[in-house]
Amino acid sequence: MNVKVKERYNWPVTILLILGLITVIFPLYMTIVIAFKQPSEMTNSIAGILSLPKSWSLSNFSEAMRVTDFWRSLRNSLLITGVTVVLSILLHSMVGYAIGRNKAKKKWYNLAYLYIVSGMFVPFAILMMPLVKQTAQWGIANIIGVILCYLVFYMPMNLMLYSGYLVNIPVALEEAARVDGATTWTTYWKIIFPIMSPMHATVAVITALSVWNDVMTPLVIMSGSGLNTLPLAQMSFQTQFGTNYNLAFASYLLALLPLLIFYIICQKQILNGVVNGAVK
Amino acid sequence: MKYSNDRQRTFMLMTIPVVLLFFAFNTLPLIKGFIYSFTNFKGYGTYDWVGFRNYIDLFQDARVGKSYLFTLKMAVLATIVTNVVSLILALGLNSKIRFKSALRGMYFIPNILGALVVGYIFNYFFTYILPSLFNTTSILASTTWAWVGIVVVCAWQAIAMNTIIYISGLSTVPEEVYEAGSIDGATGWSKFKNLTFPLIIPFFSINMVLSGKNFLMVFDQIMALTKGGPAQSTESISFLIYNNGMAGGQFGFQSANAVVFFIVIVAFSVAQLRFTSSKEEQL
Repeated sequence: MNVKVKERYNWPVTILLILGLITVIFPLYMTIVIAFKQPSEMTNSIAGILSLPKSWSLSNFSEAMRVTDFWRSLRNSLLITGVTVVLSILLHSMVGYAIGRNKAKKKWYNLAYLYIVSGMFVPFAILMMPLVKQTAQWGIANIIGVILCYLVFYMPMNLMLYSGYLVNIPVALEEAARVDGATTWTTYWKIIFPIMSPMHATVAVITALSVWNDVMTPLVIMSGSGLNTLPLAQMSFQTQFGTNYNLAFASYLLALLPLLIFYIICQKQILNGVVNGAVK
Repeated sequence: MKYSNDRQRTFMLMTIPVVLLFFAFNTLPLIKGFIYSFTNFKGYGTYDWVGFRNYIDLFQDARVGKSYLFTLKMAVLATIVTNVVSLILALGLNSKIRFKSALRGMYFIPNILGALVVGYIFNYFFTYILPSLFNTTSILASTTWAWVGIVVVCAWQAIAMNTIIYISGLSTVPEEVYEAGSIDGATGWSKFKNLTFPLIIPFFSINMVLSGKNFLMVFDQIMALTKGGPAQSTESISFLIYNNGMAGGQFGFQSANAVVFFIVIVAFSVAQLRFTSSKEEQL
């Protein structure tokens, strides 16, 4: 029986797919070896660039951390992503619940639904310039302004996800709680919110990935504040890197590392979340 | 009666603040952008109303025209490349292969990496590695080929995402369909064309919309690879609006550009939704 199962593997396809992985791994391999090398090891031939470094010294990394103020950028990125994800889950699920429960019967809720969901068609390019003025006028041309923008940008998608998921949760559950004397507010937080946790995971994954990797919003909104996020720092310090590519690549690798680690730890949740978000 | 009052009030209290927040950071700037598009605002100082001047200028501006052409050309090629490659990859990753979950996991990696940093890494690859391999100059320095470099980087990341969506589409095709098909003698290409593909059309349309829209709004990759160069040959619409609107003193003019871009995106999305739903009805 065991032998039979083994024989059914399609080896030619497996081998082709493993070979194809070169396209994924090569850029990462290149990043790693360059990040560990010293400029003197980078001769002008390909072999010089792509061979393994003579010693795996961490000096490029400590230098890159110092030049780009790594810990501060990391802290900003974590703060922006963390707060956005938590507030998205709280606010978007709440509005998804209120709108989702009413949009079939009440015109106003249906209008509110269509109003917010149509925000999906608005490209950032048209909001960008007015938002820069607006956040400056309101005194939030900083992390707070960026977080508020994200809460609005990801609202259409998250509202759709939550109100779609709500269809599967019977209203009878809430009626049972009402008999016990609970208000709608407590019923929501005590009963519906926990039931929606699979959707919370999906929302957390897509929001976190998009926010963490976004450059344009912090670039235009926080540019005056001297604050960086981790990806943004790579742009801000291009001139400091100059032609020291080893330093630059050490910095790039540091910028990629948090998400790579996150992916290795919760690969399954990330893949599920991304697929759910796109397909639903 | 008392309960239903409480219920309605709670629903209102849950909705109104969030709708107001949405209005403040989406609709309000949208309206402001629309208003700015009728002014000669430079981004600072005073400004005057100029009526439709910006819109008239827009259609005569060679640089704007060039950016639309580049963005469209790039989006079309990248969408085709991405969807063809990811469909093939997904078929492979969905067949009876060894190390299935490990391979699927590895092929998704490009999608989780930030586009800007990926752009910088590929910038080095195009500038130093490729030229010394083939003894040529960098494609990023060529006005004819730089856009292909951008297509490659955009596709490299988008393929990861689209493949995963195609895989989830393929897993919805029941095994019996293939069994029935093989009795009728369907193999290879005819099996794919007549059995598999029609069943995953919804996933195909998700991918077309997703990648098409993202490519039309391309920004990070341009920033990291070419900054619009050489000779403004790779300026995407988003990049041009950012570059000239924020720093180039064309706040009003680029607002008009943004309004037109917004209309293009809406038209694109609506057309694609129409097209998709008519396709799905046929099935």
